[in-house]
Amino acid sequence: MALSTHRTTTALLRHLTPAVSYLRHISTDSTSTITVETSVPFTGHKIEPPSRSVDTTAQELMSFFRDMALMRRMEIAADSLYKAKLIRGFCHLYDGQEAVAVGMEAAITRKDCIITAYRDHCIFLGRGGTLLESFSELMGRKDGCSKGKGGSMHFYKKEGGFYGGHGIVGAQIPLGCGLAFAQKYKNDENVTFTLYGDGAANQGQLFEALNMAALWDLPAILVCENNHYGMGTAEWRAAKSPAYYKRGDYVPGLKVDGMDALAVKQACRFAKEHALKNGPIILEMDTYRYHGHSMSDPGSTYRTRDEISGVRQERDPIERVRKLLLAYDIANEKELKDIEKEARKQVDEAIAKAKESPLPEPSELFTNVYVKGYGVESFGADRKEIRAALP
Amino acid sequence: MSAILRKIIAPGGIPAWGIRVIASRTYSSSAGGKEMTVRDALNSALDEEMSADPSVLLMGEEVGEYQGAYKVSKGLLDKYGPKRVIDTPITEAGFTGMAVGAAYHGLRPVVEFMTFNFSMQAIDHIINSAAKSNYMSSGQISVPIVFRGPNGAAAGVGAQHSQCYAAWYASCPGLKVLVPYNSEDARGLLKAAIRDPDPVVFLENELLYGESFPISAEALDSSFCLPIGKAKIEREGKDVTIVAFSKMVGYALQAAEILAKEGVSAEVINLRSIRPLDRATINTSVRKTNRLVTVEEGFPQHGVGAEICASIVEESFEYLDAPVERITGADVPMPYAANLERMAVPQVEDIVRAAKRTCYRSVPVAVNA
Repeated sequence: MALSTHRTTTALLRHLTPAVSYLRHISTDSTSTITVETSVPFTGHKIEPPSRSVDTTAQELMSFFRDMALMRRMEIAADSLYKAKLIRGFCHLYDGQEAVAVGMEAAITRKDCIITAYRDHCIFLGRGGTLLESFSELMGRKDGCSKGKGGSMHFYKKEGGFYGGHGIVGAQIPLGCGLAFAQKYKNDENVTFTLYGDGAANQGQLFEALNMAALWDLPAILVCENNHYGMGTAEWRAAKSPAYYKRGDYVPGLKVDGMDALAVKQACRFAKEHALKNGPIILEMDTYRYHGHSMSDPGSTYRTRDEISGVRQERDPIERVRKLLLAYDIANEKELKDIEKEARKQVDEAIAKAKESPLPEPSELFTNVYVKGYGVESFGADRKEIRAALP
Repeated sequence: MSAILRKIIAPGGIPAWGIRVIASRTYSSSAGGKEMTVRDALNSALDEEMSADPSVLLMGEEVGEYQGAYKVSKGLLDKYGPKRVIDTPITEAGFTGMAVGAAYHGLRPVVEFMTFNFSMQAIDHIINSAAKSNYMSSGQISVPIVFRGPNGAAAGVGAQHSQCYAAWYASCPGLKVLVPYNSEDARGLLKAAIRDPDPVVFLENELLYGESFPISAEALDSSFCLPIGKAKIEREGKDVTIVAFSKMVGYALQAAEILAKEGVSAEVINLRSIRPLDRATINTSVRKTNRLVTVEEGFPQHGVGAEICASIVEESFEYLDAPVERITGADVPMPYAANLERMAVPQVEDIVRAAKRTCYRSVPVAVNA
């Protein structure tokens, strides 16, 4: 196949190191088109799937690598912080699923909207959120994206088109269709990507919202991030039909290799075009999470360790891009390792800074209950002791 | 910014900072003797607000072509078109969630529930997606939405169609809960609700839709708005305070008439707003009359009256000359048979009796069914 030819070529070219490095510098910043075939073709439901030949550039592939490495590092660091009890409550990690976040961003703009459930840290980063905002929020500090008042499941970045961050399984689907409704109402030629899991795919409100989205031709793209387990329940135990891309019935769907950032990008671009012209479409991303459902779930009571390590070996999204970068001679092993080291450094620095961020002021207990509080009284646990006028 | 006020408890338990009196005592002058039904009042409020702001839209079952299940949205589809007056399928969870999402993106939806009994299908979106968002996002995601529709008992509609949701919604921080009584309330409060940047639950009453009330020129003006969180003293009195909302205000006023003939002067307060609750007005009134009767249609346990009673006991204990009385719906699901239904909702004589008890004028006789 095309890839192995390139690898042999690279091996041969290693003797010409100086010339090659000169060439490599050009290609690292290059925006000239590289065409890559996705390893798995798309499968369509009531629609002709897009081509599996995806156009990309060296620059884009490098950004995929960099961004995914950062996301991976962030999630692993969050695991450690949780075990050190600096993060409390819920913490749902996304490592393994990074290709969906970066592939989607590559296909859309910040004027398009994304809304997801509680596994939201990496999507937040993709939408322009910073590591400091992320770690501060996880540790409940005032520099958090929600000033420490939301927590892991309630990250938002409205100016980046990211509408959260939702804790109730499935609720984000009608909300996302509502965002699409507003986009259509305002005629702004943008779309909304509503992300949900295989667990949420059986929710009634999904079908209610999908019906209205289809009826009213809303630019809504429903993206099922199928990591094959709804908490501890495998998809075949929860769904009579786990072909989630077909569940829209009268709404077309596409099944996508969610571990392939380029396939994700192609599918999202295709979906955006479709949604603006023809209304809703469902994308099923075949993906995988390495961690359990949350930090309180080891993730190995309902899956074998072999399965997890197998996916890591065969399908890891970062490894896939690494192979491409090496094969197309866009970067060498050391350069990529340096990028990963840099990601680790950035994450460590952000955590150090986040640890210095203070907890919110006590008065923040009473802020943002309303936009307009009319000076109404609110109370603490002992209302004779603590009262406040809501601003 | 908010300030936490540390309250200094003076000896005797009276708050040292006192109570602000902001009760609205002004009655709109009924110049020219115009009358308007509550239905028309709501319709005109919707019409004016949709006219003034293109981001206001109405969605719900039968609001468009059917002209509204109770004709509250009559004529709006013809005037504003199907983009802004939207007939939805019978899928409350779906369309309520979509309306909240549209509000996240800056539109100002008005969601109609055919009755608030059906809002239970969508209650997760009202509470978790709407009420809490501004707080969880620390101000990034505001939700300028109104949820409106008939609430409470109608006539003969049975257990599943008669519940009052005032207490449930009003317990949730992040929501505002309004309860209009007459046409002026309906106009002023609905316009205020639509203009408000926060989620508002607007509880109407089916049996009041057809009732006509005098309405002032001021209230008919398109800029008319009532303040949110301020109760209105419908009738001044000095012997006992009767607090009510929605349809029960009418009953309380009738009770006050009967009591007046027996020499008891009742002050009737129309709450207009359950959340924020105008504790200041209620406390000021009770400090004057020393006696309190609360009236509501809903179930008694954890009801609006329970909250008001607690508030009075906390703020004005020494002023009470008698225990607080609650008149509520019966503690049973709503029966269908006419005689049982009559027993399941407050009647005027119940309010009169309770007021007399606070005045030591009667001894309660427990009825064992």
